[in-house]
Amino acid sequence: MNFARTDHSILGRWWWTIDRWTLLALAVLSITGTLLIAAASPAVAVHLGLDNFFFVEHHVMMLIPAGALTIGISLLSPRGVRRVALVMMLVTLPLVAATLVVGFEIKGATRWIHVPGMSIQPSEFIKPCFAVVAAWLFARQRMVEGFPGYIIASLLYLLTAALLLMQPDLGMTFVVSAVFFAQFFLAGLNIVLVAVMGMLGISGLIGAYFIFPHVQSRIDRFLDPEAGDNYQVQHSLDAFMNGGLWGRGPGQGTVKMTLPDAHADFIFAVAGEEMGLLFCLALVGLFTFIVLRGFSRVSRDDSLFVLLAGSGLLIQFGLQAVINMASSLHLMPTKGMTLPFISYGGSSLLALGIGMGMMLALTRKRFGSAEDA
Amino acid sequence: MTGIPLDEFGIDDLRDYRRFLPATVAHGRPQGREIPALTQGRARLVVTAAIFCVAVLVICARLVDVMVLQEATVTRLPHAASTAYHASRADIVDRNGVLLATSLATASLYADPKLILNVDDAVNKLTRLFPDLDRAELTEKLKSDKRFVWIKRNLTPHQHQQVFRLGLPGLDFEKEERRIFPTGSLLAHVVGLTGVDNHGMVGIESSYDKTLRGGIEPLHLSIDVRLQHIMRTELQASIDEFKALGGAGIIMDVNTGEVLSLLSLPDFDPQNNNDIPPDAMFNRATLGTYELGSVFKIFNSAMALDSGRIHLDDTFDTIHPIQAGRHTIKDYEKMHRWLSLAEIFQYSSNIGSVRIVQQMGIPAQRAFLDKVGLTTPSPIELPEVGAPQVPNPWREVNSWTIAFGHGIAVSPMQLAAAAASTINGGIYHPPTLVQRDPALPVPGHRVISPETSDKMRRLFRLVVTSGTASFAKVPGYVVGGKTGTADKVVGHGYGTKANRTTFVGVFPMNNPRYLVLALIDEPHADASTHGFATAGWIAVPVVGRVIKQMGPLVGIEPVNEDSPEIHQALDINARPRSIAGATP
Repeated sequence: MNFARTDHSILGRWWWTIDRWTLLALAVLSITGTLLIAAASPAVAVHLGLDNFFFVEHHVMMLIPAGALTIGISLLSPRGVRRVALVMMLVTLPLVAATLVVGFEIKGATRWIHVPGMSIQPSEFIKPCFAVVAAWLFARQRMVEGFPGYIIASLLYLLTAALLLMQPDLGMTFVVSAVFFAQFFLAGLNIVLVAVMGMLGISGLIGAYFIFPHVQSRIDRFLDPEAGDNYQVQHSLDAFMNGGLWGRGPGQGTVKMTLPDAHADFIFAVAGEEMGLLFCLALVGLFTFIVLRGFSRVSRDDSLFVLLAGSGLLIQFGLQAVINMASSLHLMPTKGMTLPFISYGGSSLLALGIGMGMMLALTRKRFGSAEDA
Repeated sequence: MTGIPLDEFGIDDLRDYRRFLPATVAHGRPQGREIPALTQGRARLVVTAAIFCVAVLVICARLVDVMVLQEATVTRLPHAASTAYHASRADIVDRNGVLLATSLATASLYADPKLILNVDDAVNKLTRLFPDLDRAELTEKLKSDKRFVWIKRNLTPHQHQQVFRLGLPGLDFEKEERRIFPTGSLLAHVVGLTGVDNHGMVGIESSYDKTLRGGIEPLHLSIDVRLQHIMRTELQASIDEFKALGGAGIIMDVNTGEVLSLLSLPDFDPQNNNDIPPDAMFNRATLGTYELGSVFKIFNSAMALDSGRIHLDDTFDTIHPIQAGRHTIKDYEKMHRWLSLAEIFQYSSNIGSVRIVQQMGIPAQRAFLDKVGLTTPSPIELPEVGAPQVPNPWREVNSWTIAFGHGIAVSPMQLAAAAASTINGGIYHPPTLVQRDPALPVPGHRVISPETSDKMRRLFRLVVTSGTASFAKVPGYVVGGKTGTADKVVGHGYGTKANRTTFVGVFPMNNPRYLVLALIDEPHADASTHGFATAGWIAVPVVGRVIKQMGPLVGIEPVNEDSPEIHQALDINARPRSIAGATP
């Protein structure tokens, strides 16, 4: 792609203002993810009685709309981002509520609804939209006298969290909560309240341990590996060990064959086994690069909304990556969380595409006010 | 997520700030109230970024730890099936190294039905390979929702290879071990058997389970399969001939306590160990305890002679029967005169035996039976060991009946070890099924003096030359012994038809090496025995035939039994010239 500096068409302006390094990093992530899924998924697909390349094909088919969404949304102005987020929020919240009624159950949770042609998980789309909407409410509280942004945001958060908990989708609730409180913190929440919120968060986690049996079992198994079935994590660690410094080579992994979720939650282990330590460190570096570069760009922006929304989206992206990698390395109890742009997962990929599109839109170079660019 | 205190950016400070900056909705460059908010947001974003970096660093450290530092400890990696099998249960061999039990590593075939692509195809191929598999059952198994179903256990290496060559996904092998008993039922009660999980359940397999598991060196038994075979053939022939219920046989090295043959009939096939009848499972040689009758006169005589108070030629009244409560103690063969101790042994006089114990007293009898191990379970290394039934309280009448082997029940194994101690020079050696290390001293304790033992040899010999065991004569092997015929307890009393016949034979009597014991349970007399079902007619010939065959095998040189040396050594009236086995 090449545009003249003086090209003032939409695409021309986009090219010169977009964060091209981050865009490149995301592209590299997507390609790496596709390759890793190609390595990891055939064993799983055969396991499930599907065609060898079922997951690869589906992933690529989702990657195209996801990429299109990323680019499309990154063309928007911050105000456009805010509007898109608001509209999507208004659409997806009822959909999430609807899953409770018309959703179908997979692995004990009702998160999916059928849309002609595919099944989607509306709660995935809540994450980026909520981050943007909350950022806008926080920013408005700070800028417009008398605007009850904190209260509206908190109510909206409680509604969202309640809907997610009813699914039940604890992982998603955790991410949404973490992002929300991080944004609240960034928006200037009183430090005493930050501590209170932190306490509430911890007691929420402890409460989850006692309320949800599956959470309890996972945490017990994490704390005491002898206690029960740690099949996935054990094999995940084996895969990493088998990889060593240089890995077994692409397609040469063997432990991956025995990892039921090799293509999704445990794809990092496949990367470890086949590509080795250096590749894994590079992958971690790529995620870190995207997050820190994003942070740096939004903190240079003059708009509080951009700062809050951008960092919210980046925290969500980074947190998801950290949780996924930490679970596969047995640093924390396993939590169904995809590795952004690497793992297989249609809805997750689309939602991440939207989120990163918004982030790219917010981190574009702007001249003049964020609100009217 | 917690932050560091940034009080200068706190909300309270902000309120103060507002007084100076009029509220204006921001349009254009950041202005007014947006500036402090932005500054605070940026500062806190640095904190957030720092937390994120810490998390990332932890992950990197963990990656290095797991992937490089722990690499050497990988043990659970899946790998191709190894063809080098290593049996994990040690072999059992006899004293000459003949294999009695070994482990064969086998592969057992199982399936993960979820991975089977085409059930019908798999069923076709598998049933062609294993025609004994049931089609319907296999189809049902492979269509089930389970993740693990056994198809066939313990394949041969050839079958294993054939299944590999089918190339069917979803089939896999579990390495298993199969215990093989090459001698079949020959040593069923000694070697025993193992269960499906290859853990010993009976016999040496059970008592040495821990040693055998994880052991590499084979376990050497004291058994000699050749002698075991002779014993089994002869005992079985006798059981068949006299339609007996069963029998027990023991061959023992009297100088070491090593058991060369131990047999209980009927026995079982340890290889096909489903539905073994309890009677065949029952070890009559070690677990069964029986009233063994007159063989107990061995101990009565040894005790009396060793006391020094009674001598071979002391005579006792055997004319008058003894009244014991409601019972009268009589003799089988009435001699109508007073008999010497030697004659009491020779003719197996019950009355005479009671007279002897009456002189010895209860404590002496009890102490003596304790010494020769007749009141405690045999130390033989089998789980199937019966506890003897001894009278409690031990009254006078008990001592009388015990003198001729009634009112006390012991196992044939106890009897063999105790009898050996009376003729081997006077040392009790605990019986063992495991070969003794020749470098180590043989354990044992003295029970009678060598002089008494020498007298006992003469008594043993007397029974064969001119007593109840003439059928045990084997030319050249100088056999001696003692018979026992015990009426079996039927209901609450003794029956006269059903009995148990025992013979304890020893050879060569002038320098005892081996003890051969045969017990036949409930034999039925026939024309060949002239209607007698006593030990002399039933058990004695078995021992005679066994000695005749084993003598050459164990390398004992036949001697001229009428030579002066033999007479000098064993005749009851000859003065002992030297005492074999005696140590100053």
